[in-house]
Amino acid sequence: MATRVGVSLSEAASAATTRRRPPSPGLFRLGEDIPRAVYMSLAIASFVIPFVVWCFLAYRHMVSTLIMPTPTDVVTSFYKLVSDGTLWADAKISIYRIGMGFFLSAILAIPLGILIGAYKSVEAAHEPMAGFIRYIPVPALIPLVMVMAGIGEGAKILLIFLGTYFQMVIVVADVTRKVPRDLLNAARTLGANRRQLLFNVLLPATLPGLMDTCRTLIGWAWTYLVIAEVVATDSGLGYHIMKAQRFFRTDEIFVGILVLGLLGLATDMLFKIVQPRLLPWAEVQKA
Amino acid sequence: MVERGKMRSDFVGGSVLARENTTFGLASRNEASVSSPILRVDQVSKEYDTKKGPITVLEPTSLTMQTRELVSIVGPSGCGKSTLLHIVGGLVQPTGGAVYLEDKEVTEPGPERGMVFQAYTLFPWQTVRQNVQFGPRMQGIHKEEREKIANHFLDAVGLHGFRDHYPKQLSGGMRQRVAIARALANSPRILLMDEPFGALDAQTRAVMQDLLLDIRSKEHTTTLFITHDIDEAVYLSDRIFVMTARPGHFKAEIPVAFGADREEGLRNSLEFLKIRKEVYELLHAEGKAVVDAEIAAGSSPH
Repeated sequence: MATRVGVSLSEAASAATTRRRPPSPGLFRLGEDIPRAVYMSLAIASFVIPFVVWCFLAYRHMVSTLIMPTPTDVVTSFYKLVSDGTLWADAKISIYRIGMGFFLSAILAIPLGILIGAYKSVEAAHEPMAGFIRYIPVPALIPLVMVMAGIGEGAKILLIFLGTYFQMVIVVADVTRKVPRDLLNAARTLGANRRQLLFNVLLPATLPGLMDTCRTLIGWAWTYLVIAEVVATDSGLGYHIMKAQRFFRTDEIFVGILVLGLLGLATDMLFKIVQPRLLPWAEVQKA
Repeated sequence: MVERGKMRSDFVGGSVLARENTTFGLASRNEASVSSPILRVDQVSKEYDTKKGPITVLEPTSLTMQTRELVSIVGPSGCGKSTLLHIVGGLVQPTGGAVYLEDKEVTEPGPERGMVFQAYTLFPWQTVRQNVQFGPRMQGIHKEEREKIANHFLDAVGLHGFRDHYPKQLSGGMRQRVAIARALANSPRILLMDEPFGALDAQTRAVMQDLLLDIRSKEHTTTLFITHDIDEAVYLSDRIFVMTARPGHFKAEIPVAFGADREEGLRNSLEFLKIRKEVYELLHAEGKAVVDAEIAAGSSPH
């Protein structure tokens, strides 16, 4: 221990016989664990405190309810939207769009990304191009997508696809390149041919990385979904928020935002639960 | 022993190429074996192209090995000993010279040359049993036979109770045991080991060395072993090649005539310490050369 430096040997020995005081439970020890109870309290507080502030501002009418509805308003409006079915209908169409957009980009980006990571020739043929396109902000593509694909369902799915595919293909390529060389070498010395190397070694080795990639990118997909729905559509959660804004229904805006947040959180939880079941062998990285 | 005829059929019956061995011929063969060498490394060298021009990591190097021999190569870090092993393994192509396994030139990796690496290279998605079966499975050997092979070699490395564990549940020493079993499951003609115990703690390493000797006497393996641990080399080997600092070549060949039955007590014997000292002195000069070169390179811009 740093504080012991310079203490003479005899002193150190006597200090060792008297029981050492347990270290103070500091909250700011770099990278060190804190007691679970403390962790939970802090996490709960991070939800409770903003909520209390919200209640305070709204119920005391310190901010106009037009700008900030009370929690009661939001809950009432949530019940209304659930009971008349609009919320579910909006959520359903949004989930459909995100599901399709994400699915299409995954079934293309995963195999292509793996091939890019595995073979320099495929890398040269696709990666520089994808690297260029992925830096084009998705909103900048909206006018073009509308001109080319109209404003139907296809256009929204295409937008989500464009937003996720080019990111995904590059991240998947990186995941593939990170497969340890020694693992592939070991397989070669065990007699694996090229095809076996690809399907029996490289592919399974990328699976944990692919899961992480999907988990991250589905979060992005939610963003592109809302962008697509805010711009030109007559359904979906994003549209609902836009419409509520037009009629100054701040309570409904809150409901829309909260539902989007909860859906995002649920997706993430789903990955968290499914991952260890699907890949029980993967080394768990501390999140 | 598990039947191994199938995989070996390609490699038996090669004739002796009566090429003379230039560097270190048949010096000090403790067991009289005049038969054809199983492995012949013939004037193998390696250069890499870098931006600053080509650098030689391995100067022309030759060695021959007989069946059932255990030969170690020791050398300072960066001397090219691993490169040499990777060339024998077929993972790296030599710039000059050639490697022959039973008179067949080595051009690519193959199951007849089993390799064990310093890094943990078990397939994490496979259980211990599946890992050991990997080679036979790639060879298209059917399931029953594969199970038999896996059982045999898992017994040999003492891990039968861990057959259904995943690698992440194993300690470093256990992982290397599986890696050895996995390499042996292909019934290789030669086992190539690249500092296999380098990442293990001293106690585990000693246990693994005894395990290797045990496997050697049971399975009659032929092993080419890379290490920088002098004790390990003396304890395990029939012959030790000492390499120079980069660009590496063999500086000396030291016979270690302790026979096949070795145990822990050997480490304190006078003969052991004598050989140890000899290797140490040869290596020490090279280690110093490496450090001096690094310092010189670091200060040269001034």
